[in-house]
Amino acid sequence: MTASASLPPLLETQGLSKSFGALVVADSIDLTLRPGARHALIGPNGAGKTTFVNLVTGTLQPTAGRILMGGEEVTGLSPEARVRKGVGRTFQINSLFNRLSVLENVAIAVSERDGFAGRIFRARKAERRAFEEAYAILEGIGIGMEALRPVAEIAYGRQRLVEIAIALALKPKVLLLDEPAAGIPSAESHVVLDVVEALPPDIAVLIIEHDMALVFRLASRITVLVQGAILVEGTPQEIAHDPKVKEVYLGEKSH
Amino acid sequence: MATDGTVRPSLAGAEVVSASLARHRFRPLEGLVWLAMLAGYWLWPEYRPLGSQIFIMCLFVLSLDIVVGYAGIVTLGHAAFFGVGAYTAGLTAIHLSNEPFLGLLTAAVAAGLVGILSGLIVLRTTGLTLMMLTLAIVFVLHEAANKLGSVTGGSDGLQGVTVAPILGLWSLDFFGQTAYIYTGAVLFLGWLFARILVGSPFGRSIVGIRENLVRMRAIGSPVRLRLLVVYGISATMAGIAGALLTQTTQFVSLSAITFTRSGEALIMLILGGVGRLYGAFVGAPIYMLMQDALAKYNPVFWTFWIGLMLVLTVMFARNGVLGLVDSVLAWRRRAA
Amino acid sequence: MDQILSALVSILFHGLAYGMILYVISVGLSVTMGLMGFANLAHGVFAMAGGYITVTLMNGFGIHFFLALVTACIVVALASVVLERLLYSRLYTASELDQVLFTIGIIFMASAAARYAWGPLPQRMILPESLSGQVDLGFRTFPTYRTFLIVVSGVIIAALWLGIERTRFGAQLRAAVDNRRMAEAIGINTRRLFTATFAVGSGLAALGGGLGADILAIEPAYALEYLVYFLIVVSVGGLGTVKGPFVAAVLLGVTDTTCKYLIPEFGAFFIFLAMIGLLLWRPTGLFGRA
Repeated sequence: MTASASLPPLLETQGLSKSFGALVVADSIDLTLRPGARHALIGPNGAGKTTFVNLVTGTLQPTAGRILMGGEEVTGLSPEARVRKGVGRTFQINSLFNRLSVLENVAIAVSERDGFAGRIFRARKAERRAFEEAYAILEGIGIGMEALRPVAEIAYGRQRLVEIAIALALKPKVLLLDEPAAGIPSAESHVVLDVVEALPPDIAVLIIEHDMALVFRLASRITVLVQGAILVEGTPQEIAHDPKVKEVYLGEKSH
Repeated sequence: MATDGTVRPSLAGAEVVSASLARHRFRPLEGLVWLAMLAGYWLWPEYRPLGSQIFIMCLFVLSLDIVVGYAGIVTLGHAAFFGVGAYTAGLTAIHLSNEPFLGLLTAAVAAGLVGILSGLIVLRTTGLTLMMLTLAIVFVLHEAANKLGSVTGGSDGLQGVTVAPILGLWSLDFFGQTAYIYTGAVLFLGWLFARILVGSPFGRSIVGIRENLVRMRAIGSPVRLRLLVVYGISATMAGIAGALLTQTTQFVSLSAITFTRSGEALIMLILGGVGRLYGAFVGAPIYMLMQDALAKYNPVFWTFWIGLMLVLTVMFARNGVLGLVDSVLAWRRRAA
Repeated sequence: MDQILSALVSILFHGLAYGMILYVISVGLSVTMGLMGFANLAHGVFAMAGGYITVTLMNGFGIHFFLALVTACIVVALASVVLERLLYSRLYTASELDQVLFTIGIIFMASAAARYAWGPLPQRMILPESLSGQVDLGFRTFPTYRTFLIVVSGVIIAALWLGIERTRFGAQLRAAVDNRRMAEAIGINTRRLFTATFAVGSGLAALGGGLGADILAIEPAYALEYLVYFLIVVSVGGLGTVKGPFVAAVLLGVTDTTCKYLIPEFGAFFIFLAMIGLLLWRPTGLFGRA
């Protein structure tokens, strides 16, 4: 599916920059995600891909530039406020609630989204609904049978799916997937691939990934990041035949 | 719960949901604990005075478990709230009215306020800095109580506290009959509240903060606010415990508000088991009975045994006595 | 005017002596906390042990102050190696809470043992003839013992800093504090480094305990009584730094002495308020890294 150019962008960054002293980790990045976008952000190690995610979610504050969601500036907002505006993310390394069950891991996100996570009394009905919704999400990505197990005890690949389930529970408008298949043997990465392919069609997805096969299958647009700056942006075909990209990637592959 | 590693056929969603909801339902064993505490009243009448003191510490340790065990805030200064409660209850009785429930109420409010105000300072930090700040707050309040002698009695303690009969019917007597039931009842209510809190969405969210702060931020949780609320709630409970101490001993000493008292409560908590609500009910009696017995047997050396027990607990039984019980049960289940 | 100036000099002098002793005792704690992330509240036990050994050797066996100090330092450093290998090292990966409670347990055991062996009263140190009385520094006279404390602490501190800046051990230590995984990757044996650092820190604490026995009275409750002071030095100075705690210790020494002199009623009160303010301003301490 291709993102319709007529719809207003869900996420837009304008000249987004971040530097630590003399070290520039994000260099004037312009990126636009419209509803339904399947956009990949690729680049060699240390290109600043995760930094970009942290800037968008508000974990890091940019040195310059703006972030807009649905045309509204969110640059100064706290990470929590941005989540409420519709940014969801997953982590490159599993970041779960290890002592809670799989279902609770997802339900905790549902209850935050629905705004009753701070409630002590009279939460039973809301709690039941949260569990039901959490279960439905788990079923939807094929791990319903793990719902009652402590999340630390299930297979790593399935923990990666719980990562996605937690983000989905927030009903995000923009979903940032930070290497969703990282740490999974490539023979099994199709499980993650299927889940990503089945994501709700109207949300915008930015996927950071090393696995080129995955990127070319999922993304309709690709941005290549090198040393914090955009090298080139285009369709998978354009990227595949771009000499600059080949150079960067051959260089990367050779060591 | 399927923990044996085999893939089981998918339970129906409804079953999973009810199983999850049932996790925090009351179990018969819990009622047994309370029956035992009630039975203690008749079984060991000579221990009633000690019993009420144990109940008070149970409540204090329970409040500590909520912050340390559930929210993961390692504080050394919880005695601040206990002390504020103790003094407030005493001053209320002397200057306002010696109605016991009013004393509990003013103590709860004062301790809760101090909890929230100090939480605004303390909860901005973590780790060593947080420990230092909590410690500093206890010291500041201790010094304040010490130096405001005209109000608090200074190092002589606050004397002349009287307590009107509870509900106008039962007065606190020398043999501790009323005190046993009174403190036991307040502890029961405190436990009931803690039980509900821990099983609520709020309880799960503070566990989430303990388990993974970064993820909680990423799902949009107002982390700072949640911690402040839980800190205030716990301070309120600690204040009520302090008020009970004042009312049952009719006296407030400066020792109510020392680092030593915070330390003792932490010790009781780890002896019983951290983050499991019942740790307080196991750790406080063990510690206080040991203290009672050891101090009689050897008043100079008894802290040595307490220290040794603490070291051994941390080295070999990280989850306290209740953790040991769990391990034994699990081992027997496997052997069977 | 002269009187005020004289009082001021006197306060500064006493505060400096006090602060330097606090530093010698606490510096090991800063390094172990920064390097191993171990919340060792029992650090004062080593200082207390040093004090008891020093005083006992002097009063009971008539051994000279200096010899007693050196003996205390060596004995405590060796004992700390045993403790570190046997107990502490098992808890490096434990939670902060476990570490805190474990070390509180050690404090309890140590103070009960001290009370059992030496009784509840503070130990009186009879200073050698050469250290009692006053010494004339040209513009005015100062108590000899405190002058001696400042000089000896100064020498110890200089040696410590030189050791950290100039020796191979020091370089390894700095590397490990900076980035432990990197240090391990380039072949530094951090386990051995920990043990050695722990021993040096404990030995220094013992030295400080013995040296300062006349300022910080040696008694069973020592480790708990002065714990807060050691912790203030470390947290205000900044974890894992060597120079930060020095500034913090001297600041604390001078402030505490000033408060005791000017507002004896509210001394501790003021110190703690100042610390709360400072830690809110800089949660990682004056020289700590964020």
